[in-house]
Order: sequence, then structure tokens, then C-alpha cells
Amino acid sequence: MNKIVVGLLFGLILGALDGASAWFYPEVRSVIGGILVGSSIKGMLVGLFSGWFARKVDSTGWGVVVGAGLGLLFAYLVAAMQHEHYLEIMLPGFVTGAIIGFLTQRMGRPGFAEKKAA
Amino acid sequence: MDVSDSVIDHLRHVAALPDLAGTRYELESEIGRGGLGVVYAARDRQLDRRVALKVLDAALAGEARLIARLEHPGIVPIYETGTLPDGRAFYAMKLVAGERVDHYAGGPHPLADRLRVVRRTGEALALAHSRGIIHRDLKPQNVMVGEFGEVYVMDWGVEAVAGTPQFRAPEARLDQRSDIYALGALLQFLLPAAASPALRAIAAKAMRADPADRYPDVPALLTDIERFQEGLAVEAWSEPLSHRLRRFGARNAVLLWLLAAYAGVKLLLLFLRIL
Repeated sequence: MNKIVVGLLFGLILGALDGASAWFYPEVRSVIGGILVGSSIKGMLVGLFSGWFARKVDSTGWGVVVGAGLGLLFAYLVAAMQHEHYLEIMLPGFVTGAIIGFLTQRMGRPGFAEKKAA
Repeated sequence: MDVSDSVIDHLRHVAALPDLAGTRYELESEIGRGGLGVVYAARDRQLDRRVALKVLDAALAGEARLIARLEHPGIVPIYETGTLPDGRAFYAMKLVAGERVDHYAGGPHPLADRLRVVRRTGEALALAHSRGIIHRDLKPQNVMVGEFGEVYVMDWGVEAVAGTPQFRAPEARLDQRSDIYALGALLQFLLPAAASPALRAIAAKAMRADPADRYPDVPALLTDIERFQEGLAVEAWSEPLSHRLRRFGARNAVLLWLLAAYAGVKLLLLFLRIL
């Protein structure tokens, strides 16, 4: 399994879990289905780019930073679409992105550039 | 005329010195005694370099031929073999500058370096075993650590007449598994007092009284050491749950901190909402 697939997989799972945590906010329970889908897609996008980065750069530290940055960015875009819940969306999205970035660095088959260096 | 004991001893010593006439070597000094032979430092006049000369009984000349068949960074290379005028065999080999592992073990060397010595020794053994050669007398005195950290295994193929019992397998007929026993004993010898139970278990498995209960070959032992160094479970030890959790935590510390950070963020947001 290459790192992009790892990113997509973990992005989907962690994004869905992050979206599911919205259940703790009663005012959004009625639209939790949409939140789950949106959060999963957000997670997969973070995973896709983190996985691509992990194929190019072999560094856990930078992987976490890039994942966190991507998570923060996409979370901001989602929050900006709703014009509310910025903190509730961006903070967890930031940490979820960091986790996805870490996992794509540690797991999955290295990319071509890494194989060449080896 | 009375001749004192010290004079007699000196004459015996001089008489025992190898006669290197007809060879390209110039004797310098005695380095040590081992493997039923005496090792001298000498100078190769042709190549202008120092070498180690091992002089042994002709009957044991096969030792040199054994080692010459082994080419490995962990095995001292043989330059030349020959016969002295007095009939004794000799071989010239690389003069290793360093210290024997029995002295090395007493130094302030970190665990990673000690394990590296064991692994390099094991790699040389594995190569020898693949060529059908058994060491028979592996012990700290027969392993040298060079000045740049290189490891050399010496005194091959000569079964100890009075070896160190601690490193000698209990079975009468020695084979490759006897070398595994000795390698386990070497590992145990090099471990610090506060060594991990996993490493002690690896040494213990290699040193089981029944050869069939030991590691099947040297690479299996080395793999377990490698697994330990990578923070993985080792075959030799059924670790308790607490140790397994501790090892998991050490190996996945970053991930666990990130998950804790996520949980912390979620709890903080819930708390702020309640407020």
C-alpha cells in the first residue's frame, strides 16, 4: 500500500471520527450526516496531500507539520463556508491533520524518490 | 658454574623464538598466546608494514587454511602461510590495533556499541557456518574491537584445550549450535548489570543446555537482537502485558501524544461550551 493510499484511508477514518464527534453538539445533530460526509472528504483531501508529501520527503517532523497545516487549512475553508464554529472545526482539524501526516510518514510503501535514494 | 633459574628461563624463551630466516619478516615482539600458538608482532620487509605472525605446531597448520577460506570484514585476513626452518607452521595476518572484548567489556561503552560487537561477531560466525566452518572456541579473548570500532573474530577452528567453561557448550561433540551457545555467552558477558529482560532472555535461549532448544542458526539470534533494538517483541521472551504496553508507548510516543492532544482539544471545546 503506498503512502497516498495510506493517507486516503486514514484520512477517511479519522475524518469520519472527527465528524462523528459533532454528535456532542445537539444543535447540529440534525445535519450530522452531512457533517460526517464533509469531514470524511476533508480528511481524505488532507490524507491525499500528506501522502503525496510523504512520498517526496522522509521526515516525521515535517510530515506532522505539513499534515497539521493542511488540516488547519481545509478546516478553515469548511468553517468559512458556514461562517461559524471556527474554533470547533479548526482546532480538531489541525490535530487530525497532524495525526494523518504522522501516519503517512510511518506507514505505506516509500515513494520512487525514496527508493532511488536508497 | 651455577646457572640461575632466570637465566635458564631466558634461554628457553630465546630458544622458543621463531627463526624467521628465509622469510620476509622481522620479529618485533610477542603479542600473546592463544589457540595453541604464539602471536608475534613483526615487520614485513617487502611491503614495509607491521603484521601479526602466528606460530604454531605443524599439525595445527590447518587453522590458517581454514581462515584463509573466509573473507569477511569480521575475520582477520591472512596474508601468507609458510613453514619455519624448525618445522613449525606460521601465518601472517593483519595486525589488529585495538582491545580484546574481555577488556572492552569493562569500559564505558553504551549498550548499542556492545550489541554492535555481538552482531558483528555473529555475522562473521554466520559466514563461517555457511562455509561449513565452526569456531569451537568463541570467547571474549578471541574477539577484538579495533581502534575504529571494527570487530574481528580470531583463533578459528581450534578447539580449546582448557577453554573458559563459561563460554563452552556442554555437549561433547561441538557443532554450529555450540558456536551459538558461545555467542549467547558473549552477549551475556557484554550486557550491563541493568540490561533489559529481553536481552537476557535472548542470551539464555542461545545458552540452553539442549542444543535443539537454542536458536536454529546465528541469523535467528541476530534477528532477535535487531528486533530488540527496533523496539519490537523478541522471540526469546514472552513479555508481560505491562512491558508490552510500555514498549508500545515508547515506540508510538508521538502518535499517543497526538491522540492525547486531540482528546484534550475536544474536552476543552466541550468545557468552553458548558461555560
